[in-house]
Amino acid sequence: MSVRYELSGAGMSYGAAEVVRNVTLTFDRPQMVALTGPNGAGKSTLLGIMSGLRPGFTGSCRLNGREITAWKRRDFAREVALVPQSLKLDFPFTAEQVVLMGRTPYAGGMFESPEDWAAVERAMDVTDTLEFRARDFRALSGGERQRVVLASALAQEPRALLLDEPTTFLDLQHQLTIYQLLRKLSQEGMLVIAVTHDLNLAAAFSDRVVAMKKGQVEADADPCEALTTDRIRSIFGVEAEWLKRSGGKSWIAYGD
Amino acid sequence: MAIETVTPARTLRVLAIAAVVTGAVAVLTPLFGSTYIDLGRAFRGELPDAQIFFGVRWPRTLVALLSGGALSLAGVLFQALLRDPLATPYTLGVSSGASLGAVAAICLGLHTIAGLPALWVAALLGAGAILLIVLAVSAEGRRISSFTLLLAGVTINSVVMSVIMLLHNLASVGQSFAIVHWLMGNIDQVDAATLAWMAAIILPVSAGICLMARQWNLMAVGEDWAATRGASPHRLLLIGYLAGSLLTAVVTAVTGPIGFVGLVVPHALRLRLGSDHRLLMPASFLLGASFLAICDTLARTVLAMEIPVSVVTALVGGPFFIALLRSRRRSLWL
Repeated sequence: MSVRYELSGAGMSYGAAEVVRNVTLTFDRPQMVALTGPNGAGKSTLLGIMSGLRPGFTGSCRLNGREITAWKRRDFAREVALVPQSLKLDFPFTAEQVVLMGRTPYAGGMFESPEDWAAVERAMDVTDTLEFRARDFRALSGGERQRVVLASALAQEPRALLLDEPTTFLDLQHQLTIYQLLRKLSQEGMLVIAVTHDLNLAAAFSDRVVAMKKGQVEADADPCEALTTDRIRSIFGVEAEWLKRSGGKSWIAYGD
Repeated sequence: MAIETVTPARTLRVLAIAAVVTGAVAVLTPLFGSTYIDLGRAFRGELPDAQIFFGVRWPRTLVALLSGGALSLAGVLFQALLRDPLATPYTLGVSSGASLGAVAAICLGLHTIAGLPALWVAALLGAGAILLIVLAVSAEGRRISSFTLLLAGVTINSVVMSVIMLLHNLASVGQSFAIVHWLMGNIDQVDAATLAWMAAIILPVSAGICLMARQWNLMAVGEDWAATRGASPHRLLLIGYLAGSLLTAVVTAVTGPIGFVGLVVPHALRLRLGSDHRLLMPASFLLGASFLAICDTLARTVLAMEIPVSVVTALVGGPFFIALLRSRRRSLWL
């Protein structure tokens, strides 16, 4: 059974500013979803609502039929994992210790079980982070840190993975490997929702694109339909053109 | 430098060493003092050695051990909760509250309240009052964030400190001496009942804090981090604040404010052991206990007269902390 998210009329205001407005979306099968839109469109807030970090939202957001505010945090954390935009540490934890924290929702006692360690090994293996497992997290580069945080989320063995700009600090090669990994996870049965500004990555790797503007959903379809040149102009305010390469792959070029 | 992973075997090994050190300190420090005593004679119950060892120096060592352990643990806890490496048990105003209570009792000339030592009771009442005020100020409905807690605590701490200065300014010379003595922090002779009360509060509260170490690990990273890993940050913040304040208040009521223990011991151990609280917390309790017991022994033996223990902890802890601050600029290690 896959996870099922149903948002209906979801909204969120910070004081007078309404940052998410009347969002109705359903995610009912394992797929790779790109959540995109200009700055201030409400993407991160929407992710916050869906990950249980914004309990003050209006409307309804259900996971597997139950309002997310009614979930026990521990049970919820076994279903849904969040990869934040960036993580800053004030204390010296190793990369491995950061990943180990992903096992807290499964904790039966003070220490990790063999299953916990197996999950940590797997998560660090697929994110290519094993080689610096014993290093201080704060000594890692931005991209290495981002992969460690992703490993920590994967160690939670969630059925839905929410990511807030997971590849911002990554070099090209790791951007591609991470997106390939996310795509593979979605094919293996995980619902993956990633906030991204990179429309080409969105187009190349996702099954579905949700584009937001001023707190509202403007497009929700497969990449070709959601990212037409007209839509890109109205949502992002830039001219763009789809270019087709001989191999059949296409990408989006910006500018006139 | 790599930090070793915290496994049950490593935890056991490190804590066994820490426990042996603490045990040795507990048995050996009462031997030092103006009168020579023989450990063998003391344990065979021969007078006067047994009387001095068990009746006089041993209870004082136990107070120092309990206080040092509690202050170090409260320091680790507050540093994790506030995600502030410079946090101490005194950052959030509990100990100034205790001081205000004690100073008020001195100024009013109270000796006993309800049959108990007035300083004790007044200090606890003061700590409790400030704790409630800080909570009331920093809570937004049922929510509480570490940032508002820190700001509210630090602000109220300053206000309380200036009220203490005001009272001190108004006090007579005799009272002024008593106030200064109290504010300097001393480990004095305590009776068996006080010692029993301290142990009855400090030991279970400390054990409870250590058992929640995995939650404190999450909180040391961040509140959202904790929330998305199955913990409730608001509840943890409240529990941690209350438990740490209780430890601090009980110690401060008996000894007055003793600085640096709650700052230096956690940092020194974090450098050696890493930040995993499953190891850091119990190790801080045990070695913080030893540190204060040793400082107290120095305080009553280095000079012909006794000097306040907080002078010793500051003289040892101050330079250490400055070195730490300087190395912080150069290395990644805090």
